[in-house]
Amino acid sequence: MNLADAPLGTTVTIESIGGQGAFRRRLLELGLLPGTGVTLMSIAPLGDPLELLVRGASLSIRRADAAVVFVRPAKRTSLRPQAAACGLPLAGDSWAGSTP
Amino acid sequence: MTAAARVGRRSVSDTNQEIERPGIVIIGNPNTGKTTLFNALTGESARVGNYPGITIERRVARLRLESASGVPLELDITDLPGAYSLSACSPEEKIAFDALLGQHGNIAPKLAVVVVDAGQLSRNLYLALQILELDVPVVIALNMIDEVRDDPPDPQKLAEALGVPCVATSARQGQGLEQLRRAIACALSGPPPRKRPPIQYPAALLADAARVSQALPEAWRAGIAPRQALALWALACVGDDELPDISTELREACRAARTQLPARDLDLEIAGPRYAFIDDLLPSVTSRHGDAPKRPISQRIDRVLLHPIGGFVIFASVMLLLFHALFRWTEPLTGLVESAVAQSQALLVAGLPPGWPRDLLVQGIVGGVGNVVVFLPQIILLFAFIGLLEDSGYMSRVAFLIDRVMRLLGLHGRAFVPILSGFACAVPAILATRTLERQRDRLLTMLVIPLTTCSARLPVYTLIISALFPAQMLWGWLPIQGTLMVSAYVLAMLLTLTATFVLGKTVVKGRQVPLILELPPYRLPSVGATFKMVGERAGDFLRGAGTIILVATIALWALLAFPRHEPADVARSTAVVEALQLSPVPQTSTATHRPQSDIDNSYGARLGKALEPVIEPLGFDWRIGVGLLASFAAREVFVSTMAIVYGMDDENDVAAPLRERMKAERKANGKQRYSPLVGLSLLTFFAIACQCSSTLAVVRRETRSLKWPAFLFGYTVVLAWLMSFLLYQVGRLLGFG
Repeated sequence: MNLADAPLGTTVTIESIGGQGAFRRRLLELGLLPGTGVTLMSIAPLGDPLELLVRGASLSIRRADAAVVFVRPAKRTSLRPQAAACGLPLAGDSWAGSTP
Repeated sequence: MTAAARVGRRSVSDTNQEIERPGIVIIGNPNTGKTTLFNALTGESARVGNYPGITIERRVARLRLESASGVPLELDITDLPGAYSLSACSPEEKIAFDALLGQHGNIAPKLAVVVVDAGQLSRNLYLALQILELDVPVVIALNMIDEVRDDPPDPQKLAEALGVPCVATSARQGQGLEQLRRAIACALSGPPPRKRPPIQYPAALLADAARVSQALPEAWRAGIAPRQALALWALACVGDDELPDISTELREACRAARTQLPARDLDLEIAGPRYAFIDDLLPSVTSRHGDAPKRPISQRIDRVLLHPIGGFVIFASVMLLLFHALFRWTEPLTGLVESAVAQSQALLVAGLPPGWPRDLLVQGIVGGVGNVVVFLPQIILLFAFIGLLEDSGYMSRVAFLIDRVMRLLGLHGRAFVPILSGFACAVPAILATRTLERQRDRLLTMLVIPLTTCSARLPVYTLIISALFPAQMLWGWLPIQGTLMVSAYVLAMLLTLTATFVLGKTVVKGRQVPLILELPPYRLPSVGATFKMVGERAGDFLRGAGTIILVATIALWALLAFPRHEPADVARSTAVVEALQLSPVPQTSTATHRPQSDIDNSYGARLGKALEPVIEPLGFDWRIGVGLLASFAAREVFVSTMAIVYGMDDENDVAAPLRERMKAERKANGKQRYSPLVGLSLLTFFAIACQCSSTLAVVRRETRSLKWPAFLFGYTVVLAWLMSFLLYQVGRLLGFG
């Protein structure tokens, strides 16, 4: 499922971010990382863009851009799993063990 | 080239020279109250300049502190543009990076005050981490602490976790400012803490960074910033960027890292560990579990303001109010400016002996000052509106609501307000493009705003329509004059949309950047800050564009006033130059007889005649040519110039007789000189051509180049000529001539 298809008002968990270049980097830097919870808050009256709640901030991106963010229904939201779920091989990382 | 463009080359100097001491920078995400904090700390009005080589405003003020031992300190403090990260793919995004590192004409700061929204720690701390990684000494202002009263983050804990001083503040309520000043003074006098956040990057990424750091330019390596952090910055940014000053060597090193096999996700390898670090430290700083929900009040307001029907009704009402205010509320003030100018001119005329020096003073200088000041009411009102809309958080909602439409044109939703304002006056509208973040969007918006039907075109339209078209109904029900007026607006709108689309794909291509728009919580706007911003904008306009407009007015005056034929023609040339001002001068000086004017003698008229072969195919004669030239001072001047060309005496009410005169004007063969077809052609020309020296002056000021105003003038005049030519020639072929 991609973020543009998420039902309104539900919270989903990011699985991966597609797309490329500066836009993708910007999304990552705004904290849309694999494992982060995102709520689709509203859709603009003309059908685009979407309003997302990410890390306590309301962000708006266009539907076509949201389609590159792949999500799954969220089980729970807490801080730790978000960080650990990045799934990166961390050099000398004490959290590496918690990577699912 | 236009008079304005010629003049522009030598009249404007940027105000960069004054700000060149090492000092402090204030940096933070957008909407963190950075500028409020800046104002609260300095208390005085800031000097507004520009960053070296880029047309983004730089605000600098003096900060007076007292060190721990009681020694007074005085430093420059710069308010950097809001940013979510130091990563940059365009020159305007690189400002923060350059300013922090003292590159690209900046002086390395002694300290960065990082403003962090206490309610949105994780995203705000991302930027803070980037700055800490660069070894820039930092003091963190945990701002808007008043908004999280129920669960405030602990500044002490945050300071421990990051190893830098951290003060809880509320710039809006003046809370924590004294502590912040002390923390700044203390950090300045003590040794800079060199504690970098222990972020655990993947080993492979660090190896890449080590390779890339070999390719860093000499200037970067000379600074204090550690090479690894610089290399990470380059790895993140260099690739599909539009940065002009990246060496081939560095570019190649970054490309090699990005294209190595097996493919890795460098962006995630950089951003992931930083957020992992933040997410790990947050539980010790705040007791909040999970992410903050959207603030309930904002959510409730949004339910109304973003409602599919109600939201648009409110949106339309707010925009209509803005438009109405620009059009009508400013009228009394504009009238006041005009009558003040007229009165001082009358006084001067009465008190000085006649001659060209008097005319220069009265018409050129006083009239020119009037031409500048007359824009102030609209500029002040528009920026007051924009300030309140931005501050309250509604401006982002405007962009959110209208983005779908603006996207079709290749523009950001934020471009809506400047373009709408263009229908009142292009000058404040072009200044308002500063609310757009991207240089490309700003430029594109500036280039199309002059196509909107500004209010100065109205008197001209009225004259042409009422003089050359019958006040009758077509087919018994369609009022001809009214329809023409509406068509002029529709034409302008269609042209604006088309030009935006075409220019956006050709001249100011730039990449289509996906929209990322933050919808900040609603807040009560701060009236004081808005006043301050409005004052700065108005001052900047007076100093920057104002000088160009003044010089252009004087040049146009000279064009139509010389050569003179003293003394018999004094009266006439006075009459000519009086056309150059916004309001007619009361006739205190001359009751002189004015013959049927043959202002053929002035340079302007000669130019008009020289132009005749060019404008003849549009159906214009040299008289209209002179009118077109004179209307560079302000479009509505066309009306009074035409009156003078026809030697009309009573300038206080030229419209009616001029109308009759133009209607009656015959060619040698007895045909009507100004047929309705000529009228249509003239209307079209006026609708399209940017023959307004003030607009060109403002574009010159905002782009800091002659190229763009020249292009704006060129493309609109060529387009206007072509459209009028087509209309007139096709009309003639069809037998309407």
